[in-house]
Amino acid sequence: MTRSLLLLCLLLTLYGFQTIPAELFKLSESTLEERSRQSRYFATENEVNLISSGIGVLQDMGYAIDEIEKDLGVVTASKNVDATDSGQVAVAIAFMLLGGKNVAIDKEQKIRVSFITLPSKVKEGYIARVTFQRIVWNDRNVISRVETLNNDEIYLDFFEKLSKSVFLEAHKI
Amino acid sequence: MRVLSVVAVLIWGLMLAGCVSQNERVLQGDEQVKLRNMQSRTFATDDKNLVVRNAIATLQDLGFIIDKADADLGTVSATKLSGYQIRMTVTVRSKSATEMLVRASAQYNLEAIEQPEVYQDFFAVLSKSLFLAANAVE
Repeated sequence: MTRSLLLLCLLLTLYGFQTIPAELFKLSESTLEERSRQSRYFATENEVNLISSGIGVLQDMGYAIDEIEKDLGVVTASKNVDATDSGQVAVAIAFMLLGGKNVAIDKEQKIRVSFITLPSKVKEGYIARVTFQRIVWNDRNVISRVETLNNDEIYLDFFEKLSKSVFLEAHKI
Repeated sequence: MRVLSVVAVLIWGLMLAGCVSQNERVLQGDEQVKLRNMQSRTFATDDKNLVVRNAIATLQDLGFIIDKADADLGTVSATKLSGYQIRMTVTVRSKSATEMLVRASAQYNLEAIEQPEVYQDFFAVLSKSLFLAANAVE
């Protein structure tokens, strides 16, 4: 009995500590891949035009602009949208039919995006970099996922629209 | 009876361990000088905008998205979501005519990050991005 109490005590003590990953601020092997997915080079000297084109594209995609700092080339935007995934709903229904418990399914998500322009270090022009993240809530109003979106299609589509809007070709970096 | 007294001691111990007052949570930081040094570096440049822009690029490389930025104040705040949440604030200000002081502070979920290695890693990446050495603050 005393032994199990000691074990309980130890577990409760450990529970109080959060482990912060040691590699938190180290560049990973995927850094370059992510940078190239999220960035394009534009041969322009007009940064303001590039920023306002980026804002236009985000508006076209249904985002509301949250913050702008044009002296740093920073735009942040967000939108709340439905997060229902038909595959997930099908699995939940199948699980219930088989006599399982009611499974939580994703309901709503907040997508946040930052669009940043940076003078290129190697040639005249600017690099535009966009990053999408999302927070997903399930039908019990509990956060079920927090993640950066790494789907190539999203980024390709964004830069295609940006390229058209700015009347310039988007070059891979 | 013996079991009961063990349980009583255990509960008392846990109450003591969890005895962090709300005031301490608001104020925090007993060793402020040590923490400030750990979170600060100087870079030999007079270009504040360049340093802030590179801090933004560094944060993006580390998987953050930028929440807010102010060029005049040299402040950037950013969030990383990857199963956990990190909130980070970077401030850049002139230390002298030829030096910029950069301070970074981060929070992992609900806990302030106070490990020197984590900040060393951040400044190492920023240093590479700026092509400038990160100098410890005296």
